[in-house]
Amino acid sequence: MATPKVLVLRCAGINCNEETAHAWNMVGAEAEQVHLNRLLESPKILDGYAAVSIPGGFSYGDDIASGKVLATELTTALSDALHRFVDRGGMVWGICNGFQVLVKTGLLPGKLKTGRTVAATLTWNDSHRYEDRWVHVQLDGRLCSVVEKHGAIIELPVAHGEGKFITADPADLAALEAAGQVVLRYVSANGGQTSYPGNPNGSVGGVAGVCDATGRVFGLMPHPERFLTPFQHPCWTREKHRTEGDGLSLFRGAMRTLRSS
Amino acid sequence: MNAAWQIEVRLAGSVDDAVGHQVENNLGWMGVTAPVSVTTARQFLLVGSIGRAEAERLARDLLADAVTESATVHEHAVWDGRRPHSVTVFRKQGVTDPVEASVKRAAGRLGCRIDHVRTGTTYEFKGPLDDAALSRIGSGMLANTAIEDLRVGVVRIPDIRAAHASTFARREVLLRSVDDATLEKISRDGGLSLSLEEMKAIAAYFVREGREPTDVELETLAQTWSEHCKHKTFTGSVVYNKGRPDEVHFKNLLKETIKAATEKIAHPMCLSVFHDNAGVIAFDDVNALCIKVETHNHPSAIEPYGGAGTGVGGVIRDILGTGRGAKPVANIDVFCVASPDMPAAKVPKGCMHPLRTLRGVVAGVRDYGNQMGIPTVNGAVVFDDRYVGNPLVYAGTVGLMPRSKVTKEVRPGDLIVALGGRTGRDGIHGATFSSAELHAESETVDSGAVQIGNAITEKKVMDVILVARDRDLFRAITDCGAGGFSSAVGEMGAECGADVVLDDAPLKYVGLSPAEIWISEAQERMVLAVQPERIQSLLALCREEDVEAAVLGTFTDTGRLRITHAGILHADMDMQFLHDGLPNTLREATYDPPPLGADPTIAQADVSAWLLKLLATPDIASKEWIIRQYDHEVQAGSVVKPLVGTRHHGPSDAAVVAPVLGSRRGFALGNGIAPRHADLDPASAAEAGIDEALRNVVAVGGDPSHCAILDNFSWGNCRKPDRLGAMVRCAVACRDTAIALGTPFISGKDSLNNEYQADGKTIVIPHTLLVTALAIVPDIAKSVTMDLKAAGNVLYQVGETKEEHGGSALSHLVGVSGLHAPRIDGAAAKSLFAALHRTMTDSLVVSCHDLSEGGLAVTLAEMVIAGDTGAEVDVMKAVASQDATLTARLFGESLTRFVVEVPRGKESSFETAMAGHPCARIGVTTVEPTLVLRAEDQTLLRLKGAELENAWRPSLTAWLAGGHANKEVR
Repeated sequence: MATPKVLVLRCAGINCNEETAHAWNMVGAEAEQVHLNRLLESPKILDGYAAVSIPGGFSYGDDIASGKVLATELTTALSDALHRFVDRGGMVWGICNGFQVLVKTGLLPGKLKTGRTVAATLTWNDSHRYEDRWVHVQLDGRLCSVVEKHGAIIELPVAHGEGKFITADPADLAALEAAGQVVLRYVSANGGQTSYPGNPNGSVGGVAGVCDATGRVFGLMPHPERFLTPFQHPCWTREKHRTEGDGLSLFRGAMRTLRSS
Repeated sequence: MNAAWQIEVRLAGSVDDAVGHQVENNLGWMGVTAPVSVTTARQFLLVGSIGRAEAERLARDLLADAVTESATVHEHAVWDGRRPHSVTVFRKQGVTDPVEASVKRAAGRLGCRIDHVRTGTTYEFKGPLDDAALSRIGSGMLANTAIEDLRVGVVRIPDIRAAHASTFARREVLLRSVDDATLEKISRDGGLSLSLEEMKAIAAYFVREGREPTDVELETLAQTWSEHCKHKTFTGSVVYNKGRPDEVHFKNLLKETIKAATEKIAHPMCLSVFHDNAGVIAFDDVNALCIKVETHNHPSAIEPYGGAGTGVGGVIRDILGTGRGAKPVANIDVFCVASPDMPAAKVPKGCMHPLRTLRGVVAGVRDYGNQMGIPTVNGAVVFDDRYVGNPLVYAGTVGLMPRSKVTKEVRPGDLIVALGGRTGRDGIHGATFSSAELHAESETVDSGAVQIGNAITEKKVMDVILVARDRDLFRAITDCGAGGFSSAVGEMGAECGADVVLDDAPLKYVGLSPAEIWISEAQERMVLAVQPERIQSLLALCREEDVEAAVLGTFTDTGRLRITHAGILHADMDMQFLHDGLPNTLREATYDPPPLGADPTIAQADVSAWLLKLLATPDIASKEWIIRQYDHEVQAGSVVKPLVGTRHHGPSDAAVVAPVLGSRRGFALGNGIAPRHADLDPASAAEAGIDEALRNVVAVGGDPSHCAILDNFSWGNCRKPDRLGAMVRCAVACRDTAIALGTPFISGKDSLNNEYQADGKTIVIPHTLLVTALAIVPDIAKSVTMDLKAAGNVLYQVGETKEEHGGSALSHLVGVSGLHAPRIDGAAAKSLFAALHRTMTDSLVVSCHDLSEGGLAVTLAEMVIAGDTGAEVDVMKAVASQDATLTARLFGESLTRFVVEVPRGKESSFETAMAGHPCARIGVTTVEPTLVLRAEDQTLLRLKGAELENAWRPSLTAWLAGGHANKEVR
């Protein structure tokens, strides 16, 4: 079976592309870092990829609002190509700024089963500050197949200023949760509800990552590509039990999905 | 048809206005005590071929968030824009606004052509404030009038566009036959910062050329000869203590001190030192590391956010411009500011309050570093009131490059290519400005010298350069820093010559004179020497990545610098005169030791209280509020993070970074800075700075035998013999200590004239030497952190305590200077560092923390806090000199000391490994997270971890987050 190819998107201000490509390669994918301009020239190159991975960073400086300018590029010049890609079963992953981009495009959280599109955004953290810290998140694997173990609690770093997820209609959040679209939630170490700093941005319901109704478009604020080896954890010198970083399992889960589709 | 629309974006009523609350929280600064509520709105002025429908579409689909915001569209021409009780802040015309390009791009995608964008922020106040009060608040805390304008009661942003193009005639300056007073006046009026001797040398040169100089030539010489670029004090001749028994003559102070140490050590790891933009050492078989630390003091004093941000941007470009380009992999930042509790009335005229400065520089470093995607992994903040007029901002970057790309060369015939940001009027005279003293009017007079950065532009430049390097698309590269093209092209062409044509330089706006284009310090620009046959490939790559590039001429073999613009020759000078024509100055330096001070003595009953006070002093207190705003994990190489321990809250000694994904080889990065030691003896500041930097990297597992250091001198006015005398003494101690430790200096910088004149008084900064250490970590899996690991382990003090309180944190807190500043035994330190490092590679150590500010007591307290594990220690068991008092054992700051935690069962191996070095078992770790300090059978203190943490952790945060603003500071 051919090695799944992953397009790791680059553009002005994206800056986590190297480690994101490294993560994909670690789990056996063939990651290629492709500049947005190449994609704009020939959107057809998407046909050669099984997944599109939008890394973290500050696309276009996050001018206007985080992810907004890149989202505008995607929803105008690349709208058709991207929808075709998703419709034919392609996977789209956004991490941090990539997640912000996907939410601003409307691809996430997308439509409910009822067909109604959820209006949602990622806005300023309650602290109104950019912060880098480690959090616990609980995984919901009912819909999104990148989750290896439903209900598992893992640790990941977050690093953002605009990560507070809100829906225009609070009822939509419950609908998303019910549908299994809330893939990651900020929790305490033992899985309980948490507030700042465990929930670093004030996201309602502790939402840290969501997928669309197909489970193949997925975005999250935490950075799984920054926790692939035990040495990347802030406590590795005192917690020697780890053999790998928790973030690796998400990439492995994504690969399993790509291989099986 | 061109139309102007102003779009106002405000938060929906249900959304909390966090920016507004931040303003409310800080109004106490401005003397506002009545309750006031503040709401904010974002303003966009769009000028282009769009009608109302398009403007409304842009407002809805692009500018306002569909969930949290709403927008109003105003037709600019017919709108008065009045709004009572409001302040609107926007950038001055000509100041870079990064948002403009993004709005234009995205609007283009939505089918709207926009030619011009201005952005601003409106603050609306509800409360008893009149326009005069709002104006004061606006200029005091909302706008920086160096770069921003503000309107009170009007939210309409004026639509001002750039002037029309004009031609610039060749302008001669009459120098050859004028008297000395006129020469000095020309230098002063032109902001050239050239001395009379220098002006005379220039006049003499143009007598030989048989003509008068042009303004462009004079500007070029002023820039090239500036203290900032030439370091003429440090590289000049000095007679030290003339007529005294210890009189010494230096022909070139730098060569005979810092560089002499590097030559003497001749370390094989050094691949390129002191002649490129950064020092380069070997990392592994295929890669090299380069490192540079710079100051950006003067711009940060005027505009902390922009100054610090462009400081970061500048040092990153140094790394991009080292060899044929390195990839930045880690940033460090060190700030020196006045105390956060300085009463507003004590802040001299023309200075900012230190908290405003500190918040601004933190935000500047955060935004630039984070957006570049470079982890900020280490830093420090030093508080001393003498920094009030001259805050110091040090920014440093480490780069990774293939060893095959360490060298560069320029060949005649190579094209001069400018790459990156456009040239504007920003930063004119930065090089000469930073070489002058600041005064109360600097803030208004010199605002043109402030640069504003755009990190995304630099990120694009970085991406292009690294690809172009790997494809061999250029032969040499350097950055545009102080002095702009003048400095970059002048340096690159120094050995051969250059013909420069300024016509094609991409400009931000028309109307720049040739001199302005030539010396502008607009940010994010690099200059490359490109083989003519590669130019098309390079330009194509730049187009693919949306980076602007332009050919600015050719390097020649004429030995001349020729500059033309619109067909007019504006400069034609001998390169050799430009670079070597600076008259050598002989400066006098004297050093007189200060009168002896007194040591602090602490009553036994007060030990707890003093420890808690020390933990809460801003120098020692947790810097978490700052650190968390920096992305310290991007690039995924961060192994020992700035915050470690059970709850990720303990202060790391140094950072460890593994820069090659998939490899376990890394480097440790640490800093040492001891300005108050310099008050007693500048030699001690050098020794303490170097020792601390080394302690820090050794404590986390860095190999001291594979360690390079950097010097950064920030000093007062060195035309005054006492300032220069202190610098000589410090530089000599740097040389001697580096040689004794076997750690070569590989790069360095100096920033002089850090003195502030106000109200007839001069405030001189403490003599400040920052030492940065970069050490190889052979296997990151052997790294060690400072948090106590487990109960039942054995604690050692490594190193000897002496009666040394000079410049210590305790002395400062008590209000004495201390009697003796700490001194180093270099040979003993070298072998101690090596022995301790071996115990780490042999896995005998589970935690290690160096002893610095606050001595043993503070070190242990931090280890307990970070590890949530207790320590019981008998301070009398530590190795100490005969005269060491109990106060010294607890709080003294002797050098080359650590606390080390060794697992039960490994004590004898550890003791054997440390045999022959001062090292003693001082206690054990305990389950209960409590610090117990004893002097033999007497208990000196017993404090719970939570008590220690409550003193240490929130103290500085409370200042920075504004919690104190309404109370103590007025």
